[in-house]
Amino acid sequence: MTPLLSVRDLRVGFGSDPVANEVVRGVSFDLAAGQTLGIVGESGSGKSVTALSINRLVDFGGGRITSGSIMLQRADGTALDVTGANEHALRHVRGRDVGMIFQEPMTSLNPVHTIGAQIEEALRINRGLRGQAARNGALAMLDRVRIPDAKSRMGYYPHQLSGGMRQRVMIAMALASSPRLLIADEPTTALDVTVQAQIMALLAELRDETGMAMIFITHDIGLVAGIADRIMVMQSGLVVEQGDTATVLDTPQHDYTRHLLSAVPHFTAGRATRTDSPRTEDSDPVITVDDLVVRFSIGRGLFGSKGAVHAVDGVDFDLMPGETLGIVGESGSGKSTTARAVLDLNARKRGQITVRSSRSRRPIQMVFQDPFASLNPRLNVEALLAEPAIANGQHKDEALRERMKFLLNRVGLPEDALTRYPHQFSGGQRQRLCIARALMLNPEVVVLDEAVSALDVSVQAKVLDLLIDLQREFGLAYLFISHDMAVVERIAHRIAVMFAGQIVEIGAAQAVLSDPQHSYTKRLISAVPAVERRNQHFAIDTTQVPSLLRPVGYEPPKAQWRQAGPDHHVRLEAVS
Amino acid sequence: MRILSALFRHPSGRIGVIIIGLYLLAALLAALGLTPHNALKMFAIDRMKPPSSTYWMGTDLLGRDTFSRLMLGIGQSLNIAFAAVACAALAGTTIGLLSAWWGAPWDGLMMRIMDVLLAFPAILLALLIIAIVGPGTFTSVTAIAIVYTPIFARVVRGPALSLKQRDFVDAARTFGSSQRYVLTRHLLLNLVAPLAVQVTLALAWALLTEAGLSFLGLGTQPPTPSLGLMLAESKNLMQQAPWLMLFPALTIMLGILGFNLTGDALRDILDPRTQGRTA
Repeated sequence: MTPLLSVRDLRVGFGSDPVANEVVRGVSFDLAAGQTLGIVGESGSGKSVTALSINRLVDFGGGRITSGSIMLQRADGTALDVTGANEHALRHVRGRDVGMIFQEPMTSLNPVHTIGAQIEEALRINRGLRGQAARNGALAMLDRVRIPDAKSRMGYYPHQLSGGMRQRVMIAMALASSPRLLIADEPTTALDVTVQAQIMALLAELRDETGMAMIFITHDIGLVAGIADRIMVMQSGLVVEQGDTATVLDTPQHDYTRHLLSAVPHFTAGRATRTDSPRTEDSDPVITVDDLVVRFSIGRGLFGSKGAVHAVDGVDFDLMPGETLGIVGESGSGKSTTARAVLDLNARKRGQITVRSSRSRRPIQMVFQDPFASLNPRLNVEALLAEPAIANGQHKDEALRERMKFLLNRVGLPEDALTRYPHQFSGGQRQRLCIARALMLNPEVVVLDEAVSALDVSVQAKVLDLLIDLQREFGLAYLFISHDMAVVERIAHRIAVMFAGQIVEIGAAQAVLSDPQHSYTKRLISAVPAVERRNQHFAIDTTQVPSLLRPVGYEPPKAQWRQAGPDHHVRLEAVS
Repeated sequence: MRILSALFRHPSGRIGVIIIGLYLLAALLAALGLTPHNALKMFAIDRMKPPSSTYWMGTDLLGRDTFSRLMLGIGQSLNIAFAAVACAALAGTTIGLLSAWWGAPWDGLMMRIMDVLLAFPAILLALLIIAIVGPGTFTSVTAIAIVYTPIFARVVRGPALSLKQRDFVDAARTFGSSQRYVLTRHLLLNLVAPLAVQVTLALAWALLTEAGLSFLGLGTQPPTPSLGLMLAESKNLMQQAPWLMLFPALTIMLGILGFNLTGDALRDILDPRTQGRTA
């Protein structure tokens, strides 16, 4: 039987000379109907370009297919070579044969039309449905992607839906034409981990229901493990390994696959936590946070405020010298707001932050998530590194230059980096620069706000190792904010789980991860994708995060805590 | 230098730079007194001569050489335009930057004042100012500067607001960097590109406004030659001596074209989208 899709020696280039600037350099694979292929690779490996070539969307990004063939089996049984097809045939391919979902569901939906209207349009164009038939069809599609209360959601605009709901709408639109192949390009990367688990389960169910084939592109080899039949690993435009999921994951042949598998932080439910905890009975914490409350009032006008978003509500924790406290939670849980409040970047409504410092005038420093945004592009490295020192009364002299060189060396950058500009560095190198800059003032605490989240997995692993080394060498305490449980497991001594602006569980990393007590912690941990757990299936719940918008004057009830172990405290849940 | 060579490689930029270069040369030579004839001296026998090898662009009613007068006029107009735009850029940038940095309520107050200024047509506002202070070179500069200040304030405020939210400004706050350092190194340095474009375009408008004011007799006062003034003097002689109107008009038009082309080219060259993430 001929496969649904057969790609042979595909080469794609960009720019005015596509042969010289090849991004995909000879990719071949087959995909049978009903099968799922996972394409795994780091940024720049050519995985997205390969997928975008299948429906020739790559043309719009300035790419050109220079050689090779893409044979697509069409619904009427004929085969079409996409590489040589005309625009008319391609429109048919894009609309009916191949559906596509993208990473960012907000930018892929039109913000000025209701989601119902957008799905109806897809049905009208691809299936010729009109009026009531299109409306009914759209309703059925929303039901199919398990959007609760579909009838009223038809009239919603994209901004009224959460990220996970928007991605469901995108899936509904991609499925509107009953495609025989669905291409999913990092569809869950922008989503929270529990939402990601829901979307993955939905995609698997839809695939089984419709019998369509699927190409799933991701940088996370753990994520694809649970859904793909075959896996193709790409590195700088070449396929380095492809085969059955089980074969590739269990007996990887190529060094790069092995490297990817070992670089992906494996979540092991508390078995890989650090054991060098500096917490002793008689040590004094370097930071104590007591009853921290941050609120953003909204609708402020002549007649007073309409209410306030309770971003952080009554957070307490302390941090010992040399210790890492991991703060985990999903977007909107208040973890970044907590970090920023500790640095006085957000005004706090109330709460006491006590810092005991002996060695620096600015004992708390911060490393931000996006290494592109946190370095001024117009300043060179010397000016960037000197800024904290100059701000604190030092002068640009030989001693300062020595310290800059020492720290550059220490974070693994060459000394001659001083005269270069940020855009001449890669993402990982920039994050090293940010770390060096944060250490310029010899701080005692470094706040790392998703500091490794924007990096590729192998770079991420190296930066994490660097952070652990620096912690030992300089006796740093880290406040490590992350949504990624596997990363937190590797670096944290203690973990605080945040949900809806409050800490729901806090304690030693090993205790929290291996024996989660709070229902939210349990959900968070069960949603983490992992190579080892690919055969386990979890019941998917669709619990939504409650709204944090409260009326004026609302005060949450005082938290009740329960001790679950020597260093393990759990917030009591309201009985509902 | 890098910008200049990039401008030269840009098709419309090259034309613009050449025109501006020629105008600057003419103004410089006129300032050094190196005009073909004495621009202020009247030659009674050579009144209203059409263009010839002696008088390249003819002479006016008083027998003065049009070409020499144009050279001086360019200098006069450029002086006023440069001075006015420099003042407007300085004031507008300061207002826009501080407005963005301080936030409410200063932001709202200052921007509403700018809106009021922006609501008047440029020439009308300049007329109002001159009506109060009286005509003259200095008043022209002041009037044009005030008219173009709100545009600079707007151009700076928008990007400054977004730069203010960037992580590197937050990072600077965690080091305790001074307000002056953040405003100059983190905000202003990143605004150089849009400002350069705006200055070039503002020069074109300033040139036009200056010519308009002089034409109405409210700018440069005779006998100092000025492009607008020469146009005004020629309007009654349109039938007999069309060159008196043609050459000043062309000079104004070409000058504006030059600055506009350069501004457009600068915008292309400094566009962050064509530069990756460096701008």
